[in-house]
Formats: sequence, structure tokens, C-alpha cells
Amino acid sequence: MASWGEASESRLIGKRVTRLSGKDKVTGKAKYTFDINEPGMLYGRILRSEVAHATVTGIDLSEAEALPGVKAVIPLIEVGKKLRYQGQEIAAVAAETDDIAKDATRLIRVDLEELPHVVTEADAMADGAPEIRDWEGNQSEPNVREEGDLDGGFAEAAVEVEATYHTPVQTHVCLETHGHVAKWEDEQNLTIWASTQGVFGVRNDFAQRFELPANQVRVITEHMGGGFGSKFGPGVEGHTAAELSRITGKPVKLMLTRKAEHLVAGNRPSMTQHVRAGATRDGRLIAYDMKGYGTGGISSGAGFTGPYVYYVPNSRAERVNVATNAGNQRAMRAPGHPQGAFGMDSLMDELAEKLGMNPLEFRRINDPNEVRQSQYTLGAQEIGWHRRNNVPGSGTGVKKRGMGLGSGQWGGGGGRGTEARVTINADGTVEAVTGTQDIGTGVRTVIAIIVAEEFGLATTDIHVRVGDSEPGLPSGGSGGSQTTPSVAPVIKTAAAAAKQKLFERIAPLLEVPIGDLRVGTGTIYAVSDRTKTITWKQATGQLGMESISEGGTWDEDLRQNGAAGTQFAEVEVDTETGALRVIKIVAVQDCGLAINRLTTESQINGGVIMGLGQALLEERFMDPVTGRMLNANLEDYKVPGTFEIPEIKSIVFDTHRKVTGVGEPPCIPTPGAIANAVYNAIGVRIRSLPITPDKVLDALAEKKA
Amino acid sequence: MEKFSYVNATSLEQVTSLLSESGWGEVMLIAGGTDLLAELKEYIETPKTLVNLKTLPGMDSIEADASGLKIGALATVSDIAMHPTIQHHYTVLAQAAGSVATPQIRNVGTLGGNLCQRPRCWYYRDEATDCLKKGGEICYAVDGLSKYHAILGGDPVYIVHPSDLAPALIALGASVKIVGPEGEKTMLLEEFFTLPAANPFRENVLEPNEIVVEVSVPAPKPNTKSFYLKAREKGAPDFALASVAAVFEMSGKTCQTANIILGGVAPAPWRSKEAEAALTGKMLNESVGQQAGSDAVKDAQPLNDNAYKVTLTQNLVSRAAMMAAS
Repeated sequence: MASWGEASESRLIGKRVTRLSGKDKVTGKAKYTFDINEPGMLYGRILRSEVAHATVTGIDLSEAEALPGVKAVIPLIEVGKKLRYQGQEIAAVAAETDDIAKDATRLIRVDLEELPHVVTEADAMADGAPEIRDWEGNQSEPNVREEGDLDGGFAEAAVEVEATYHTPVQTHVCLETHGHVAKWEDEQNLTIWASTQGVFGVRNDFAQRFELPANQVRVITEHMGGGFGSKFGPGVEGHTAAELSRITGKPVKLMLTRKAEHLVAGNRPSMTQHVRAGATRDGRLIAYDMKGYGTGGISSGAGFTGPYVYYVPNSRAERVNVATNAGNQRAMRAPGHPQGAFGMDSLMDELAEKLGMNPLEFRRINDPNEVRQSQYTLGAQEIGWHRRNNVPGSGTGVKKRGMGLGSGQWGGGGGRGTEARVTINADGTVEAVTGTQDIGTGVRTVIAIIVAEEFGLATTDIHVRVGDSEPGLPSGGSGGSQTTPSVAPVIKTAAAAAKQKLFERIAPLLEVPIGDLRVGTGTIYAVSDRTKTITWKQATGQLGMESISEGGTWDEDLRQNGAAGTQFAEVEVDTETGALRVIKIVAVQDCGLAINRLTTESQINGGVIMGLGQALLEERFMDPVTGRMLNANLEDYKVPGTFEIPEIKSIVFDTHRKVTGVGEPPCIPTPGAIANAVYNAIGVRIRSLPITPDKVLDALAEKKA
Repeated sequence: MEKFSYVNATSLEQVTSLLSESGWGEVMLIAGGTDLLAELKEYIETPKTLVNLKTLPGMDSIEADASGLKIGALATVSDIAMHPTIQHHYTVLAQAAGSVATPQIRNVGTLGGNLCQRPRCWYYRDEATDCLKKGGEICYAVDGLSKYHAILGGDPVYIVHPSDLAPALIALGASVKIVGPEGEKTMLLEEFFTLPAANPFRENVLEPNEIVVEVSVPAPKPNTKSFYLKAREKGAPDFALASVAAVFEMSGKTCQTANIILGGVAPAPWRSKEAEAALTGKMLNESVGQQAGSDAVKDAQPLNDNAYKVTLTQNLVSRAAMMAAS
């Protein structure tokens, strides 16, 4: 059975290793899709709808076409079709400069017959609301899940809580907006630089779209500026870039504007859940009855978890998807989980209070996950849980402090479908190639660590090539926290196979059996006779004009599904201004074997910061009158800055030595932990995210009244 | 943005003469550009000519002497925030300047631009929304989303004035020097700003051919205490949900005079005469502070989403009074 070996034997795996691309990123040498400029390249722009709902009655491209510098103008919607949200594509332009392209989009004349819109859940669900979809009503059939005997459960309950929890639509805010540079090398060969989470998925999509053999489309993503689940396909903008390039015969760059990024490049759906739950006197969660809905815009997919993490024998959960005239949702970092966790962890605290029980104790009773049980102990110790207010809001003074906790659970076990190749050259150089992509997770460095560990080399000795479909070594999209658990086993087995081949070549030379050979640090030696040691370069020199190049296989024993996490937050609330400051977050996160402890901590930090943004700041504002998003920018759509980021204690919680992904789970518990800490600080519960000063002040005023 | 011609200013006469060629919006002035460029990019303004003021000599100086301050309109917000005399004797101004946006923006944004900046209202800033401020029929904030809008003096346009410097300068009794084709004039900065009831399209009394060139501030008396308190959702960059510029002349714990100017809650910097009356001549303590706070907002008329600003403003005024007492 393959294994990653013992921690004591590891030189690099599980240690803190600097990201290989770090220097290139901070010096600007790293090239993102946005940075690609090809000779003769044109700039693409898309004209988008400013109305939320309308029928297109006419499109006139002639003025745009006549503008000097414009090379192509194409319609993206047919006359007679409907526009169903602000930002929907109408037409596109390719021009010699980005400014000309923008000017040209403004010369496109569009005639519209406006239709009534609904952009809020309440408007969409109201009696007599306009139906905004031809294929389905505004509300889906309820999705119902039942377990046990709900009435029986409530009959056993000693305390009950009934409450409504809400989280608004949140957008991904990828710092590098979606986009592509498309270049037709000739009529049958297309190269695409894509800001994507899935190089091969995008390749296959373009091949299908343009009826090309898959091996004649090359997709390159050397560095990528954030996806969070929103960048799996080319989207309309990708197809448009390639089409404009095909028509003009020139490379075309088409990156979304920040506004378009908010409007059409995906979002986390909203959640509103009304829940009634009960617990027994001895603290067992016994009954849970929830009805909820959310909107993911014009599409479906507004699901969320609930009940979540904690065991409840009797439950009923009913969810409805509500359609609104807004851009489609896309997967966003742990889809459904952070909003569900916020509801569940708020509920747990409310029940605990009714029972007169410490919320941590209440979780211990109801959480069946053994890993998290240990994490509770560690996290409570790190935050100083004993310092929390026994009576919420009992602190004195204007600024009040409090503590709370939340929990999360994720899979991240990886899967088949990655091909990789590890090559040892006679000059001692090493290459590791696979078709995955480093979307900021640090998988490039992870690959180098695994190969370097296997060969006794340094990570900087390994030339890692990812983010390119040309070598023909496919890998899956980077989603579901699956990248490292999918890629690492294949790289490990490829490296092991290559090492075995090298040993076969040098065993006769050293006159020892193959099984006697080991790698040292830059050396290969015989374990039975240490005088028989040669350097790595002496060993590879035996290859002459040949190279060793071996593929790998996905080995199930090298990875595991299931990542448990819990977080503790300490906050300070200014009761006069409603300002909320998070002082500290302790994030205890299991991900099995952390191949690179440093970038794992970075992943946890990033998840916590994203969760904090959801808890404190982020909200898409849709104007019911105009049907437009009012904050499709980074001024009024607020994301955390340096002032918001607290001390984050990221604890990589070691469990087993198998690889589990960690990209998504650390953002799940944060909003619930913060919301509970706010309650502990001020003694009033805010059941709607984000927890902004207006809500804090209103809640405090209500408490006073 | 639309194409425009770009002229480097050589003299104030040339600037006012260029401005006199047309009405609003044809010829516009640019200094730091932190507000104007965003407006051009969003097609909120589409001038034919931009006049670059940064080539005007000597307009970026800060002179401090016993009689007070003279700050050129081209002095940057950073210059003001970092000036030692301002930090020591005009605390409210240094604090206000330091609270503006981010270091990058403070390094290029100017005093003149900060005073003349346009509203941040999300309806005003949306090209597709033809709101009252831009000559349309209605102020969308009235029935729409109004979290960041005015609670005082709004009718009929519920923008808030975004400047942090203006409330601080008004609280210090500043005057502004304006140059037009007919020469220069000086007025109290407080009288420079106007409410939408007087003119829904502009935020101040400048004529299309006039330019702000200097702000002067009388030296505060030695027994002065001053503070700028700014509540916001995010540490930086963020505009004020509400702010209070407070300047007190104190005798021990007794307030001899109080200047209380509110920011972020009205279409112009808002002097709260009610709060000033509640504080003047009083020994400052918690109940006096609270009275001043509640007096400050007694005429507030919140919209659908901004009632919290009433509480917030009230609390900030009380807090300022308590800070003066301590």
C-alpha cells in the first residue's frame, strides 16, 4: 500500500515551504491572462444590457462598424429574444485599442421593449408578480428532505427556538476579472490564454464550440488571479473573444470590466430560512423544521445546507429556488455551506441559551465528528474561551467584547482523471508536468515538494509545468477542494516510478540490489554500505543521451475525503457607532496531510478573510425600481481591507497522513463564529448578514426600547 | 470616457477665461483627478476641455503663522494631514484629512478638489439612472435604497456631501477665496455650500467660471479642543456614514463656545445650531453631551434605510462633547 511515509522521515512534505512563484508574483514577473499582449492584438468589449428585463426589438451595428479602428462587431443576441438581467450580453466589438472598442460599444443602437422585472426575492414571490421565465415559474417546486419523526421530536423537546436567518447575495470579486486572449494560429489551431480554474475543461469547450479537434486547441493559464468557483468555463466572453479573433484573423484580448464581473460572472445565492428547532433538557438537538429560499438570479441552484454538521434525529427541510432578474449564480467557495453554517450555528447558540448551557458544551453533545471534538478543546484554549461573557452583553463600557464559535465540514478527497509525467534528464534536471492549474492554491509548489522529497532534491531543482494543455496530460478543474488530493497521488507515483527506473540503471554500477538503494540529500546511496554513495548528478549522468520519463496513477490510499473545522472569534463592538472589530479568529482546520504547511496556513487565512467579508461587509444591492445593481464596483461593494483583518491563528490540525483538500472549508465557520461573538458581546442577536453598523445600532435600539 | 482636449493652466486669468467660454460641464478643471476621472470614466461628466491646474505655480502652499493658516487649493490632502502645525493646533483638520480615502488618494487629491467633489450617491454615479441631481425627474433614494443618504436637509435631493475636510474647516471658521473673471472674493466656507432646495444640481455657490484658490483658517484660541469623529463601515477607503467635526473653546470642563458641524448626513456640511446651543456655557458631562446629541438630530427625517444615522449622529455628537470634557 502506497503511503506518504512517517512525518519523522519527511524532509519537505509537511514542512513550511516558500511558494515557488512568490518572487515572480511580487515583482510582477508572473504573467496573468490580463498581462498577455500578442503582436497585432485587438481588444474586445461587450455591450451589456442596462435593463433587467426587456425584449430586443432591434439592433443596429452600423455606426459602431464605421468607427475608425473597429475591426469587427457582432451581435450576441437575436432580435425578438429577451434580456433577463442587467449585464446580459447584446453585442461585441473588436478594435485596435481598448478605448476604441469601448467607444464602439456605445455606438451600437439597441431598441428594447421593456418588461416588468423582479430583482428581489420578495418581489419575485409576491402575489401577482410578473413571471420572468418562459420555462418555469419564479419559484421552483420545494425540495423537501425529511428524517425521523418531527412531531415526536418536538414532543420530546424541553426548549424551542424559532427564528429567521438571512444572508444576501455575495459576488466572487476575483481580483483578476474573467477573460481570455484568443489567437488563431491558423484555421485549425486555436490558442487561448484563459483566466480559468480548468484548463482542460476550457480546451474541450472551445474545441466543441468551434468544431476543432481537441488536440488543436491549446489553453494556457500560467498564473490566475482568483476564481473561487466562478471560472470553470469560457462563458460568453470567452467564446466571444475566440469568435472575434476568428473573424478578424488577429489575437483578441477580452477581459471583463469590474462592473460586468459583479453582474454576470457568478455569485453566491442569498438564503432566507425560517427555522423552528427543539432540544431536550439534557442538551440533545431533537427536532429541526426549516423552510427556506434563496435566489441565484435567473437560474436555479440557490441551495444551502441545513441542518448542518450537528446530529438531529428528527428533521424536515424545505427549500425553494426563487428566480430574479439578475445574473446567474455560480459555485462559490463551499457552495451552500457558509450561509447554511451561519444559520445553523446561530440557531445552536440560541438553543444553548434557552437551555442555560455553554454553547461549546451544547456542541460537544450534538457533534458526532470526533475530529471536531478534539478541535473544540484546542480552539477554546487558543481563544481563551473561559474569558467569554457568561451573561451576553454584560461587559461594561462603550466597547464590548464577546466570543463565539462556528463549525464546518467539507469533502475534498480528490478523484481520478489526472495524468502527470516526471522526467529525469541526464544532466540531473527534473521536470514534472501535468495539466492542472495553480489558481493561487500553491499546487505548483506542492508538486515540487513531492518530487523533491522523492529524489532528495530541493524544490527549486524541480521544473514544474502546469496550466497548459499542450503537453496533453489532462487534469480536472480546480474546484471542490480537489486539486491537491487529485494531483498529489499521481505525481507521487510518477516520481516513485522514475526513481525506480533510475535505481535500475545505477544498481549494477554500485553492485548492489535495487532494493538496497536510497536517496539522501542530493545523493543516492546503498543502505547496506554507505561508502557506496554517488551524487544525484553522477547518477543521472549514467543516462547518457536518454531521459527517464514516467507517468503516475491516482492511488486511493494516498488521499482521504473529509475535512472538519471549527473557528472561534473574539470581537469588539462599539455600542455608540455600531462599529464591529474582529480581534482574533482561531481557525482549527483538518486537512489530513498538509503537504505544504505554509501554503495550507495561507489557504486558511484566505478562507477566514473571505468568511469575515461575508460576515461584516459584503452584500449585493439590487434596486427594485431600476432593476439594476447599485454597487457593481469596489466602493460600495465592500470587501475586507487591512483594517478589517484581525489576528488569525491558523492551526493546521494534523489527523492522518493522507491528502485532503483545504481550499473551501476554512471560509465556512467564520460568519457563524463572528455572529455568535457579536451576540455574546452586546446581548442582541443579529440574524442577517452582513453585520453592519446600521444593523448593530438598530438592534441595540430595539433592545433598549 | 469621451475625448477631450487638455490644457495646462498658466494663470488664473487664463483659467477663468477658458471657463467663461461655456456653461457647466464643457470646460472642467482637474487637479488630483481622483473624483473627476471616475466621473469621466462613468460618463457622468463629458467635458470637451480639461484644464490642468497642477501647472499653476504657488497654489499648493500651506502657510501657518500666529494669525492662522492659508492653504492653497492645490495642497494635497496628505500635505494637510502631515503638517506639524495643523496636527498640533488644528487637530480636527489633521484628523479629517487623515481619514480621507487611502494614502495613494490623499497623496494626489487636493484641498480644492475635496471641497468641490461631487456626491457618491449610487444613483447619481450610475450613468443609466437619470436622477434629479442630473436633471431627471426624481431622487431615486426616496423610494429606493437609501442606506447612505441624507437625514437632514435632503429635500428634494437626498445626497450627502462626501467631504471630510469641509466640516472640519467650517468648524474652525474657515473662509474660502474664489477667483472669477471679475476678480477675487472671499466668503465663509460655510456659506460656500448650498442645499438642494436652493439648487438641486450643484453642491456649492461657484459659478461656472469661478475657481476655488485658497482657504484661510483663523488661529484657534489656546483653550481650544477639536476632534473629527468619522463612522464608517470599513477602515479604509470608506466615506463617512456620519461624521462630526467639533471645535470647543473650553474653560476647565466648561464649554465657552462650540462649533458642531456634521458630515455624511446632509447634502452640505451641516452646522448643528441645536447641539451648539446645548453645549455652550455648560459644564460638559454625560447628560449635557446626550442632550446635545439628541438636539442635533431632532429635525432629522430619515428615509427607508437610514434611520440608524440618527442614532449614530446623536452618539457621535455626545462622544465629541465627552472627549472635550476629558
